[in-house]
Order: sequence, then C-alpha cells, then structure tokens
Amino acid sequence: MLTFKKSKLAVLLVLVLAAAVAAGCGGPEEKNGENASGVSGTVKVAGSTSVQPLSEELVAAFEEQYSDVTVNVQGGGSSAGVEAANSGTANLGASSRELNGEEKEYGLTETVIARDGIAVVVNTENNVTDLTLEQVKKIFTGEIKNWNEVGGENKPITVIVREAGSGTRGAFEEIVLGGDAKFDANAIIQNSTGAIKKGVISDPNAVGFISLGSVDSAVKAVKVDGVEASAETVINGSYKISRPFLYLTKGEPDAATKVFIDFVLSEEGQQIVAEEFIPVK
Amino acid sequence: MISVKTSQKIAKTALWIAGFSTVAILILVIGYVLFEGLHVLSWDFLTENPRKMGSKGGIFPTIVATIYFTALTLLIATPIGVGAAIFLTEYTRDGKVTRLIRFGTEALAGIPSIVFGLFGFAFFVILLEPVTHGWSLISGALTGATMILPTLVRTSEEALKTVPVSYREGSLALGATKWQTIQKVVLPSALPGIITGVILSIGRVIGETAALMLTLGGSLRLPESVFDPARTMSMHLYLVAMEVGTKEATEKAFGTATVLIITIFIINSVANQILKRFIAKSS
Amino acid sequence: MDYKAKEKVYEKILLISAFISVITVVLIGGFIFTEGLPIIKKVGLIDFLLGKEWYPTKDVFGILPMIVGTFAVTFGALILGVPLGVATAIFLAEFAPPRVSKFVRPAVELLAGIPSVVYGLFGMVIVNELLMHIERTYLANILRPEYQRGYSVLSASIILAIMILPTVINISEDAIRSVPHEYKEASLALGATDWQTIYKVIIPAASSGIIAAVVLGMGRALGETMAVIMVAGNTVAIPDSIFAPVRTLTGNIAIEMGYAAGDHVKALFATGIVLFVIIMVLNTVASFLGKRGAGQS
Repeated sequence: MLTFKKSKLAVLLVLVLAAAVAAGCGGPEEKNGENASGVSGTVKVAGSTSVQPLSEELVAAFEEQYSDVTVNVQGGGSSAGVEAANSGTANLGASSRELNGEEKEYGLTETVIARDGIAVVVNTENNVTDLTLEQVKKIFTGEIKNWNEVGGENKPITVIVREAGSGTRGAFEEIVLGGDAKFDANAIIQNSTGAIKKGVISDPNAVGFISLGSVDSAVKAVKVDGVEASAETVINGSYKISRPFLYLTKGEPDAATKVFIDFVLSEEGQQIVAEEFIPVK
Repeated sequence: MISVKTSQKIAKTALWIAGFSTVAILILVIGYVLFEGLHVLSWDFLTENPRKMGSKGGIFPTIVATIYFTALTLLIATPIGVGAAIFLTEYTRDGKVTRLIRFGTEALAGIPSIVFGLFGFAFFVILLEPVTHGWSLISGALTGATMILPTLVRTSEEALKTVPVSYREGSLALGATKWQTIQKVVLPSALPGIITGVILSIGRVIGETAALMLTLGGSLRLPESVFDPARTMSMHLYLVAMEVGTKEATEKAFGTATVLIITIFIINSVANQILKRFIAKSS
Repeated sequence: MDYKAKEKVYEKILLISAFISVITVVLIGGFIFTEGLPIIKKVGLIDFLLGKEWYPTKDVFGILPMIVGTFAVTFGALILGVPLGVATAIFLAEFAPPRVSKFVRPAVELLAGIPSVVYGLFGMVIVNELLMHIERTYLANILRPEYQRGYSVLSASIILAIMILPTVINISEDAIRSVPHEYKEASLALGATDWQTIYKVIIPAASSGIIAAVVLGMGRALGETMAVIMVAGNTVAIPDSIFAPVRTLTGNIAIEMGYAAGDHVKALFATGIVLFVIIMVLNTVASFLGKRGAGQS
C-alpha cells in the first residue's frame, strides 16, 4: 500500500516536471511567417517601469495589426533601459528621464513617444489648493515645515519623495529644486508611485509628487503657480513640471523595431498614449 | 514573595498567551488579506490576461509563469541538492572537505535574497546574456536555484540519515556496490522525506520577490520559452500594488495575495501529509 | 567501463554537486566585490562606511545611516520576536495539548510561507497607520514632528518580528524537544514544578539551540528586503529614536537598483559587500557558537 502510494507520487512529480519542461523549454524561436506588412521578428523593450504600462498597451494594439511581430516588454528601470539599448540586450531601451551626461555619449537615437506631467499631490483633507513653484521648492527642501506657512492648518508637513535615480525624481529635482538645492534629509523615501500615493492617502499632512497619469480622486493635485496639472497645460507649457518618455535605439533599428516605433508615433499609437499620458503629436 | 504555585500559574498562563498570540498574528495577517482579496477571486480573475498593467483583468500569465519558474528552479536545484546530500551522508566522514561544504551551504543559506539578486543580475543577466537572453525565466531560475540549494541539501540529508544503517549493510553484504546501494536501497527509502523537502522549498520559490526583480524581467506576456522574461505572482503583487497604486490595482494585488496564500496552504498540507506517512512508516 | 570506474565517476559527480554551494558563495562574493570595490576605493573605505550622507546623484556615498538602520531594526525585531517565539516554542513543546498544537503548528508553518510582500502591505496599511494615530494622538507633544509619520524603526521591527517568529519557534522547539527526558523526569521527581523544571533545567539544557534560533532569526531580519522598504520610510538619516524613519542596507539596494546608473550602481554593489561581510561574520559566530554548544553537551 505504502510503496504503491509512494511510487504514484513519484510518477506524479515526474509528470508535473516533464509537462512543465515540455511547455517551458521551447527555446528561442524565430517567426518566419509573412503577413501583409511583410515584417516579422521579435522586438525587446526594456527599461523604465513608468513607461512599461504604456508600452504594454501600445504592444497589445500593435500586435493585433502585425501578428508576425512579437514585442516583449520588461522593466528594469530607466538606467537599465539605457544600458540595454546601448549593449544591444534590447532593441528598444525605455527611459522616463532625459539622458545624463555619460549616457549622452553613447550616441543613442532618442525618440520622444510621450510626455508625462508630474503632479504635486496632497491628502484630500488638506485645504491647501495652490502653491507657488518657490513654495513647492521650499517644502521639498525642508525650508517650509508647516502647512500654516503656505496658508494651511497648523500641521507639520510630511514630505514623501522618490528614491535617488528615479526618473520622476530627477525631473522634479531639475525643474523645481534647480541645480544646488537638495531634498529634505528627513523626507520619507519610497521607490514607487503606489507607495507615495498610499503615504499621501493615509497621512493628512503628507505631500508627494507622482506621474500625472496616476492621479485619481484618492489624492488631490495642487495647482502650481495657479496652473492646474493637466494634459493641456503641459502641452501649452504653462505647467512647468513634466518629463519625456523616451525610446532609445542604437544604430539603425531592424525592420520590426522600426515598424513598432512608427506605430507608436502614428495617430493610432498616440491616441493610446493620450488615454493616460500626453501625446507628442 | 510569590509562592511556587502562583508563579507556576503565571508562567503557564503567559505561555498559553504566547501560543495564542502567534496564532492571533497569523489570523490578523491572513484575515486582513482574505478580507481585502477574497471578493476579487473569480474564474475570470484566474484565467484572463491582465490589462492596464494589472489594474484590470486577471492574472493568468503570472500563474503560468509561477509554475514554469518553480518547475525550472526545482529541476535545476533538486539534482544538485540531493547529490550534495548523498555525498555528505554516504561518502564522507567529518573532515576538512565536509566542513568546507557545510560552511559553504550554511553561508549560502544566510545570504539575503537581494544579494542573490545582485549576483544573478551581474552573472546570469549581464555576463551570460548570450546564453540566458538577459532577463529571462532561465536567469531567474538559476538565481532561485542557488537560493533554495541549502534547504534542499539539509532536508535531503535529514531524510537520508533516517534510513537505517542496517539497510545499507544488508545491501552491501549481498554484494551490491556502494552506488547500487544508494540507488536501489537508500534513495527509495528516503524519497518521501526528500520530496517533502522539495515541496517545502516550493514555498520559498513562490514567495521570492527581491531577487527576481533584478533577474526575471517582469514581462506580463505569457512566456513561450525559458529565454523569455516573465513575472511571478509575488512580483505581480508587488508591482501592481506599488507601481500602479490606483484603488483597483490594490484590489487586484490583494486578489493575487489571496491566490498565493491559498497555494502556500495547499503546498504545506501536501508536504505534511507526505511527512506524516513517512514518519509513520519509519517508526 | 567496469563498475569500479563507474563508482568513481558517480562519486566525483556527487562531490561536484556538494561543492556547488561553496562555488556559488565564492561566485557571489567575487561578483559583488568586483562590481563594488572600485567605488569603495574611489570614495575611501572610511568615508564610505562612516559617511553620514548619501546623495548618489551628486556622487556622495556614505552608508553609515543604513548600517545603523539595519542593526536598529534587527535588534528591535529580536527584542519583540524572540521572547514571543521562545515562549511559543516552550508552549508547543511542553504545555500545548495535542488538540491545540495541531492547530498552532500549521499556523506557524503558514506564517513562514507568506510572501514578504504581503507582510509589507499589511505593515504599510495596518501597522503604520495605527502607529501614526498613536504618535499623533498620545505622543504629539513628546515626539518631533518628523517622528509622527508611522514609518519608523518600530514598525519595521514589528513586521520583522512577525517574520522571524517561525524560524525562532521551529528551531527553539526542536532544541527543547531534544533535551533528554531523564533531565525532566529527574527534576520532577525531586519535587520541582513544571515551570521550575522548564526554566531551571530544560531552557539551560536547550540554550545552545535557542541561541542558534536567535542567530538564524537575526540573519533573516538582517536580510529581509521587500517588507522593510514598504514600512520603514527609507529616510537616509541615523535613527535616534524608535519612532524615526530608517533605511536598511537591503532597502538601499532594492530601492535604488532599478534606476541607478554608473557609479551609483557600483555603490549599491558596494552596499551588497557590506551586507555580505556582515552575514559572513554572523555565520562564523553562529558556527562557533554551535561548536561550543555541541562541545558542552
């Protein structure tokens, strides 16, 4: 009885493993079929997690039209995206920030596929609705420590910022803080949009900055210099805090990659961009 | 001065409270997750593709990716772990070599998963990129395999040690070679114990996140080969809750957490059943 | 091939399997040191380890706050988790009726199996919010405003304490159960009560095992990543209160790895070196303690 059960179990285990291997070990395959467009192949996109959701949406629509092109989207972060594009690990590197000095020297081709506003968000209970850019700067550098200094209640401010290296932080730092100022050393640091939002939702005194596409009714975006953060104000330049979403390529892209970039920049692609972010055309 | 009897009573009560606090903590954590996540579960949630970065739709590809990743990791780690355990129990007496191997295994067990992640990233993803295709199931599985190796070695060793010496002596006395003895006598008797160890390490593989963030890629697409990037349920839970952060995304994250907890519960129960039979048999 | 040669081949294969752990440790060390050492050389070991400021985008790399932070949350977790864990282990080994332990033990196992991300979510939404409420309602006049945000050494310690419970319970219970029955019987026969027997005879006899449990729990707390970054606040400042937000070494790597570039990546690998060295020292201490414990019994 026992041996029977034992062997049955062993057989089961082997079967499970075998099935998994059979399913999992196909090996990398090249697609050879041709379709109307005459383009086939695999495109690998790697990089910024801020760009990733947009890329996934774009790929879903793209593959409906170009069934012979497979596009793999993965994260890793902006810097990983730049490195991946430079080393050829990925056909497309995705970055949610401008390239820095060292990266500029790689000679990558930058394609701006979208823009993203960065909203300054506070708790919905906070009665502050409008801040000047200077006030925003002083809050995030720790000079202004209480909401009553900017017309709010007598409550200490909880500053929440992104981690060093983040594209959102980099853009915010450049535009709001300027060259020399540093973020408040006592600031809470989180490495994701979700964590910053959760912090702002649960703490009535909190302030943070997140991608405009992630703002919803759970938090309140404040006006900066009297301008509301929105797609229109970013496009017409009146809302100052924004950043580009970049696709990076090294040298001449292959046919499949080129078709994908063209699709992204097409009217249809930009319409998908417009659902959450700001189109470039 | 408290009397002996009173102190006995106080101590006993305190220990009962301790035991129940542990259970209470579990109920609190699990209750909270199930409360937030149970209502998200549905057939569609399990079988649909995620949309909008996981804030809509289901988690189908992450379930498949979790199964592939787990199977691949075990496939790599189990032979090595069991082999190492056989070597340690059957071939060596305490010596310099054994001490070195043991120190290595213990050291490996203590290394934080984020350090495994750094290693996997530098070695499998970057250096071996031509072979592993960078972030991929195979890069993740190789990293994961190194992480569970110590557990596998230890549990297999324990299973092998429970096989009575008389079995080995009997086999050797009948003229079997050492390897025949191991293959035909020792391994079959230790098998349920080894399988229990393997099943328990599934738990660790499924729950791992930090190391996979740097090695597995995180693609939401259904992986078609071991060279494709993938996203396991644990990664998905973290990424959906943290990167997206909308209310519906958080709900989906708790739904994923619920699936994970149920999976772990089933795995633990299966492992316990096997272990129980094994103990009943060997005593 | 004759069977003797075959036997030799099998033995070699097994030997190699056994050495893979050792090789992996060497590889891990090798890779992390290769990637991280250049930046330590550039910054200077002392400045890197004792520097109080971390501003990687401006090339300032000092990780003292993270080293202090790591030890603060780890000791916090041990202070909260070890007494509860050891008490639960004693309860399971000595007092719990089978009906109860049948319920508690799977609970402990399940606790061990829950992914750390889930603990992080729980900590972020439940523990931090509760703590923030307490800080602002009852401690508002005592604490500095920066310490009234929920994110803290304390909340990280609470979550880590829960996470190390299974390790502490399982290993302590094994240690207590392995105390020979005669010890207990002799003590009871001499008229000692259950409790006297436990704390005068059983706990001392099991002490090396319990210490091993504490050391392993410590290793787990030191190495935990995802749950900690979700609750600790990750501020780069040396914590001077249990209510201060804090960043750990593991957190430093996990938070910034995604977007780091150039020297920043190297500095994160260098953080890995420090973590690696701390863990290796801990392992060496543990195996030394283990040997001493084994020598005693």
